[in-house]
Amino acid sequence: MAMAVCLLGLQGLPAAQRAPTIAAAANLNFALTEIARQFERDRGTRVEIVFGSSGTLTRQIRDGAPFEMFLAADEEFPNQLTAAGLTRDAGVVYATGRLVIFAPAGSPLVVDERLEGLSRLLQASGVTRFAIANPDVAPYGRAAEAVLRKRGLWDAIRSRLVLGDSIAQAAQFATTGNAVGGLIAYSLVKEPALAGKGKYALIAQTDHPLLRQRMVLLKAATPIVEQFYAYMQGGAARTVLIRNGYEVPQ
Amino acid sequence: MDWAALRVSLWLGAGTIAILLPLGVWFGRLLAVREFNGKLLVEALVTVPLVLPPTVLGFYLLVTFGARSPLGQVFQALIGHSLPFSFQGLLLASAIANVPFVVQPIQRGFEAIPSEVRDAAACCGLTPWQRFLRVELPLAWPGVLTASVLTFAHTLGEFGVVLMVGGNLPGQTRTLSVAIYDRMQAFDDRSAGVMAATLLAISVVTLMATTALSRRVNPHRA
Repeated sequence: MAMAVCLLGLQGLPAAQRAPTIAAAANLNFALTEIARQFERDRGTRVEIVFGSSGTLTRQIRDGAPFEMFLAADEEFPNQLTAAGLTRDAGVVYATGRLVIFAPAGSPLVVDERLEGLSRLLQASGVTRFAIANPDVAPYGRAAEAVLRKRGLWDAIRSRLVLGDSIAQAAQFATTGNAVGGLIAYSLVKEPALAGKGKYALIAQTDHPLLRQRMVLLKAATPIVEQFYAYMQGGAARTVLIRNGYEVPQ
Repeated sequence: MDWAALRVSLWLGAGTIAILLPLGVWFGRLLAVREFNGKLLVEALVTVPLVLPPTVLGFYLLVTFGARSPLGQVFQALIGHSLPFSFQGLLLASAIANVPFVVQPIQRGFEAIPSEVRDAAACCGLTPWQRFLRVELPLAWPGVLTASVLTFAHTLGEFGVVLMVGGNLPGQTRTLSVAIYDRMQAFDDRSAGVMAATLLAISVVTLMATTALSRRVNPHRA
């Protein structure tokens, strides 16, 4: 305890030098980084973004992490925060995400919307590892589980799954050839850095609960972050979101 | 290269040493020269962080100091923010995790001093403080040095507990080891590679420096 008290004197960086920090679901890794860069160009102020799975970030916010805004990959996690009284209001849906099945170059997996290639490869015992995000903390992982269940592949593939801490880690497993493929976010495979690293097929949105992504201002939100919240709903941000494979609300 | 992360890592290493070294010298010496009831238990407790998964430490820190705990709310009122997800919280976690790395080498250092030396110093009429500063501490110095280096190196390498207790906040709790993980997830292998090489270089140089220094301090040991 004495030790804890002497920690009080030490600060990291003075608060004034720090840009406000925003928590965002990992599927936004590329799109939101680009939007934040544009925001900085347009408005002259910077926001820091910390990416992670929606579940992990929700837990951190509840434990007191100093985020000012939260962009989730679903509605359930931000709604939990609203119910706990940690948000300004219920927030808005800013995008709807899509899921793809991805196979890295050189993988024996043939990708298709109905996962028939995956089913065949499973029967031929050709699936060594298949990447999805951890369904407990990542909405894209939950959507992936729903798709695999709907196609009747869940029980067969379960022991072959590698679970990413977030959809970004799942995408990393899937795109680096450490797995025969994976069910990952469309927004991540649209990234130019990943172009040519493999093939993908979009999954029908009717095959899983819709990935309606909600954002909320947290209680600590400062004016800069309020501006960013509005900016996210403006034309410039919407263009980037659409280019990155999201659907945006009318 | 994430310079802010490098700065956080170096500050965390230096801060951990600053907190633990005085404590370690006092406690390491105590364990070396005193016999008392329950010493076995105390020594085991000091060593526990060495074998404990970092997640266990992270769990207890979050449960104890998180915004939802009573103690966490006290801290929130006291310092204006929660202890987890702040540099101070990270420092606390790091200090706890490094207790064995500080206490054990220092304890061994003091244990290596023959009791006749201590007795002789007392016979010469030196006060306990003089004996400590002019006889014991110089002799135990290699242990203190080893403790500092191990703590610093171990702090730079800490990952699990940092991510759990600190989150990944740029400029505050994003250390170099967390930044590597963060960049990997962002498919930014180049930055991750540069930072990994930096950490590797710092580790090798630190360990080389210790070996060289300890030879100078104690030439017979080489």
